[in-house]
Amino acid sequence: MAQEKAAATGFVANLGKIYGIYTGSFIGFVLILAVLEQMGVPNKIIGYCFVFLTIGVYAYIGWLSRTMELSEYYVAGRVVPAFYNGMATGADWMSAASFISMAGGLFIAGYNAIGYVLGWTGGYVLVGVLLAPYLRKFGQFTVPDFLGVRYEGNTARVCGVVVLFCASFTYIVAQTFGIGIITSRFLGIPFELAIFAGLVGILVCSMLGGMRAVTWTQVAQYIILIIAYLTPLVWLSTKFYGNPFPELAYGQVLDQIGVLEKKLGIIRQHAAPYVDATGKFSWNEFHNFWALVLCLMVGTASLPHILMRYFTTPNVRQARQSVGWSIFFIFLLYFTAPAYAAFAKLEVYQSVIGAQISTLPAWVQNWSQVGGLLTIADANGNGIVDLTKYVITGPVLDLGDIKIHQDIIVLSMPEVAGLPYVVSGLVAAGGLAAALSTADGLLLAIANALSHDIYYKILDPKASTRRRLVVARTLLVVVALIAAAVAGTRPAGIIQMVAWAFSLAAAGLFAPLVLGIWWKRTTSIGAIVGMMAGFAVCLFYLIATQYFGMPLWFGIRNISCALFGMPVAFILTWAISLMTAPPSKEMQEFVDSIRVPKGDVAWAGKAHE
Amino acid sequence: MAEMTPERRDAYWRKTSRLMWIIMVLWAFFSFGVHLFAVQLNEFKFLGFPFGFYMAAQGSLIAFVVLCFWNAIGQNKIDEEFGVRED
Repeated sequence: MAQEKAAATGFVANLGKIYGIYTGSFIGFVLILAVLEQMGVPNKIIGYCFVFLTIGVYAYIGWLSRTMELSEYYVAGRVVPAFYNGMATGADWMSAASFISMAGGLFIAGYNAIGYVLGWTGGYVLVGVLLAPYLRKFGQFTVPDFLGVRYEGNTARVCGVVVLFCASFTYIVAQTFGIGIITSRFLGIPFELAIFAGLVGILVCSMLGGMRAVTWTQVAQYIILIIAYLTPLVWLSTKFYGNPFPELAYGQVLDQIGVLEKKLGIIRQHAAPYVDATGKFSWNEFHNFWALVLCLMVGTASLPHILMRYFTTPNVRQARQSVGWSIFFIFLLYFTAPAYAAFAKLEVYQSVIGAQISTLPAWVQNWSQVGGLLTIADANGNGIVDLTKYVITGPVLDLGDIKIHQDIIVLSMPEVAGLPYVVSGLVAAGGLAAALSTADGLLLAIANALSHDIYYKILDPKASTRRRLVVARTLLVVVALIAAAVAGTRPAGIIQMVAWAFSLAAAGLFAPLVLGIWWKRTTSIGAIVGMMAGFAVCLFYLIATQYFGMPLWFGIRNISCALFGMPVAFILTWAISLMTAPPSKEMQEFVDSIRVPKGDVAWAGKAHE
Repeated sequence: MAEMTPERRDAYWRKTSRLMWIIMVLWAFFSFGVHLFAVQLNEFKFLGFPFGFYMAAQGSLIAFVVLCFWNAIGQNKIDEEFGVRED
């Protein structure tokens, strides 16, 4: 026991060295595969190497981090330094949607899609300023824990678990779906089988070590995903523009795109804000842009799998710093994504449109042979790819003779840049790392809420440590299996489901969390009614518009359904709190105590451990 | 906690709240305010980008990173001033 403890501290003290060696070995591994490719090893083998070796490494870390201690299982023993927690949060945060689909969305919709880039970064300011340090001081295991203590009782706790479950489950289904797509493409196995192969990948990281294992694999996954995302673009930018920073080089690319747009007569300009299908400014697009940005930002600050990452730092100060590192590591990918879109667009306008179909670039030929992502159809039979329109239908851009799916933009970039296949394998490994790490974080958030908040706190408060850990692991497997089964039915698109998850969390959890810390007058009844009403309005709007054809309110699309739920939650919480008796003196002291980093938490009501 | 008088605690929270509001106003400006004028800003160039596009794709993101670190550093200073830093 003492020895293990010493080993654990040694590990934390040597993180820089360990992950340095890890990064070096990974780069070495990629170079060896590059040499093997030149020696004639087939692409399929290289793809297999990437998928199995990376999953093997994650599994190994998961095995090393196995634990039988509650605080290690739930909050990684609270030893994760700010910098590494930032990396882990980055991987936890960036999912298949960020890695694969976002750049493609920007490619298709231009400025309008930047709402995703803004919405998925700015929320961290809210996390860092309003929530993370106070939840860390509170120092329990889960987000519903906070609701249960601040709003005195199991009603608030259960409401919190319900919202958490709905939001996180929607999200994890989307991730499992993404894992299925990547695995099936690179292993060449059927989608349904690939989902379950991916499931094994998720469970090996999280089952034995809980949060501790997930933390250290997420750091490893972040390193792989960021190398994979930046490599093709840095290469391309250096090769064609002599500038190793694609983020700076794409200014001139936008210029070239503008010139070509005029020449080709494209009505919808890449850099033009808030335009609709006709290419003109539209108030409806304008409103939807704002609604989406707000919902994604507030959702960021409400999703429990993100908030619980800040429970793992050694102290409040590091929790705050860690939010800074998180957004920095996320920023590295997000400010590169629009460059992907610009380079891809220029390539399409320059080398594909107007080209002879018989002499198209190699990447177009390759990708038009794999099912459905890119199709070329010569409508008038002149042998040339003509651009006759610019129509967006869901994730597909229809230019007339060529149709492009958004997911192809990141995946095909290595070939566009003329890089060897090994880089494509690298990108697949990155996408897989992104999807696995997010799925793990979500899975843990759901299973922990069920095992800790429902099982231990409500059903069986006398359960032994051993029993609690058995229950936690069993629930982990059960939730994972259900998520995989639902994902197997191929529900709505990834980005749409992810955005729903954000809205559900934003409408249900943001008001009770923020008001609970910043407004002492918030009462239990006010918070519970506000939380459930906000969540219900959001869910109603989502289901009624999506499945029952209800007309949109003010033209706001249902991915931003929290726009209606959030104000309801805030106003009801405020109004009912003022109508009910103020919280007890003990509760006010409890709030005071979590506002200050130093000192003990002044527990109100029942004793806590 | 016990060593902090209610007055001092209130003063601490006033300073903390002030920092919170400053950062929230800047957050709102970079999240929403500046992009209200994206169409007009696109008339100007910045580092070779249309300015409105630049602010949405890069400028605001840089601002968010700075705001998060600013909050961490600023709040640490307040903690030290009031002697409520941990360890």
